[in-house]
Amino acid sequence: MALTFAATPRTHQDVAPRARGRRGRALRRNLTGWGFAGPATLLVVGLSLFPAVWAFFISRTKWNGIAPATGVGWRNYERIVQDPDAAAAAQHTLVLTVLFVPGSILLGMLIAVALNQKIRLIGFYRTCIFVPYVASAAATGILASFVFNPQFGAANEALRRLGLPAQQFLENPAQALLVICLIALWGEVGFCAVVYLAALQDIPKELVEAAVVDGASRWRVFRHITLPELRPVTVFTAIWQTITAMQLFDLIYTTTRGGPMNSTQTVVYYIYELAFQTQRLGYGAAVAYLLFAVTMLLTLGVIWYSRRSGSEAF
Amino acid sequence: MRRRLPFSPWHLLLMPLALIFVLPLVQMVLTSFMTTQEINQFPPRFIPTSIHLEGYRTLLAESHIVRWFANTVLVSAIAVVSHLVLCSLAGYGFARLKFAGRGVAFLAIVATVMIPIQLLMIPTYLMFARAGIVDTLAAAFVPWLASAFGIFLMRQFFLGLPVELEEAARLDGCGALRTFVSVVLPLARPALATLAVFTLLSSWNDLLWPLVAISDDTKYTLQVGLASFQGTRRTEWSQLMAGNVIATMPLIVAFLVAQRRFIATMTFTGLKG
Repeated sequence: MALTFAATPRTHQDVAPRARGRRGRALRRNLTGWGFAGPATLLVVGLSLFPAVWAFFISRTKWNGIAPATGVGWRNYERIVQDPDAAAAAQHTLVLTVLFVPGSILLGMLIAVALNQKIRLIGFYRTCIFVPYVASAAATGILASFVFNPQFGAANEALRRLGLPAQQFLENPAQALLVICLIALWGEVGFCAVVYLAALQDIPKELVEAAVVDGASRWRVFRHITLPELRPVTVFTAIWQTITAMQLFDLIYTTTRGGPMNSTQTVVYYIYELAFQTQRLGYGAAVAYLLFAVTMLLTLGVIWYSRRSGSEAF
Repeated sequence: MRRRLPFSPWHLLLMPLALIFVLPLVQMVLTSFMTTQEINQFPPRFIPTSIHLEGYRTLLAESHIVRWFANTVLVSAIAVVSHLVLCSLAGYGFARLKFAGRGVAFLAIVATVMIPIQLLMIPTYLMFARAGIVDTLAAAFVPWLASAFGIFLMRQFFLGLPVELEEAARLDGCGALRTFVSVVLPLARPALATLAVFTLLSSWNDLLWPLVAISDDTKYTLQVGLASFQGTRRTEWSQLMAGNVIATMPLIVAFLVAQRRFIATMTFTGLKG
């Protein structure tokens, strides 16, 4: 989250309780505070920190969820290294992330710059580009399997009209992942565009005007003023979209279910299959833990890099 | 006397982009009104010869879609209301009240943000199974009662409010709760609207969790229902598209109505970094 954390105002530590009444007041203050923050905190922590710790214990067992679990130590983690399915899933996730993240950032930025122009129909364009973001990934997936249907889909019809050869799209192992990436871009880029649009409108006008007065070309203004101003947003969208790409599930579930020939089987999908299709809870939890570790390292890496290069977004 | 802006080359970029983004959705709606025969025609047709309601009729008759719809509305409504109440309370608590353990509690919440749902799925399922709520609607909404995101959002907003008003209320003898309800909350409308929009979007569109937690098809939410429906009747496109329209349109219409507000709130949240 890029909600910038304003430092919690440092309150003066209460001086040692002199009177008894003070203690009563402190107790009341604590009760009031917890009365406000308690319920939500309990729910959030209870439904994530606690299960996350539990998942670690599960990841060190062999368990089908019914028979008693047997502890296997680190063996699940050792197995991942030799598991060709896990390697393939990791590779697919990597490809997806590497295509999706820069794609959505570049496209989002381009669209935002275009939508920031004072031209006619701009409200209409904004609506059109943002609407797919509102639709669920499940509905998008179903719609996509219709549009990309090799026989009667609109995508092949468009290719035919352009005189290009028909494609198998989601049914071809060499194309399916790429097509899913395109669909994900279609569904998610609206978010990037809006975030960038907001940031563009925040750039002080004087800055741009001064540069124009100095005779800078449009491109130079963009390159030397707009781009640097957008840097914190880019850090945020990079992290956000990386998490989105790495956790992409609904779209895959409603288009290919990991196929054809496992070509769209991602890590998240693999975890789902392990845990809830083949009931291998321990192994599934181990793969999930590894995914967590990678996500966290990536996120911390991006934050560290952005801090070092002086564009703080967090 | 026409006062029009001159034609801009940006149209050449925006017009095709807008079409790419919106045409598939238009096709979804148009296809839902076609007959199977029309859908399978070659070359494919974009506009139905006339409006056929077969897709909708069969869907209503042969699936539990009405119930799925009601379930989704219920789950989302509970999620939104609960988020508004619990997260604004907690956000205010963390922003303004001093109490023992506040720092630790807030840190714990921050820590949860990076944990992916896939990691939580397995133990949460087991927890819910033990609590006996797997395969009930409660399983679908319990994870949506509050969120770290909601708490941050509200805390952030309250930190930005000037304290003077609250202090005045306190001097007039208002308790913390009274101050919160009658002074702070009315000022928090834009933040509450943002929170409501995001909660609605994500709870309405959630697929993975209800897919895992619910197997009784009368308790499905729309997303799970649609996905299951697609698995069994891949070829019934008019029904699938009708289902898609039913699942998607309420949010799209809500978005179109509240669009200005929506984009303004996206801007406001500080999501821009």
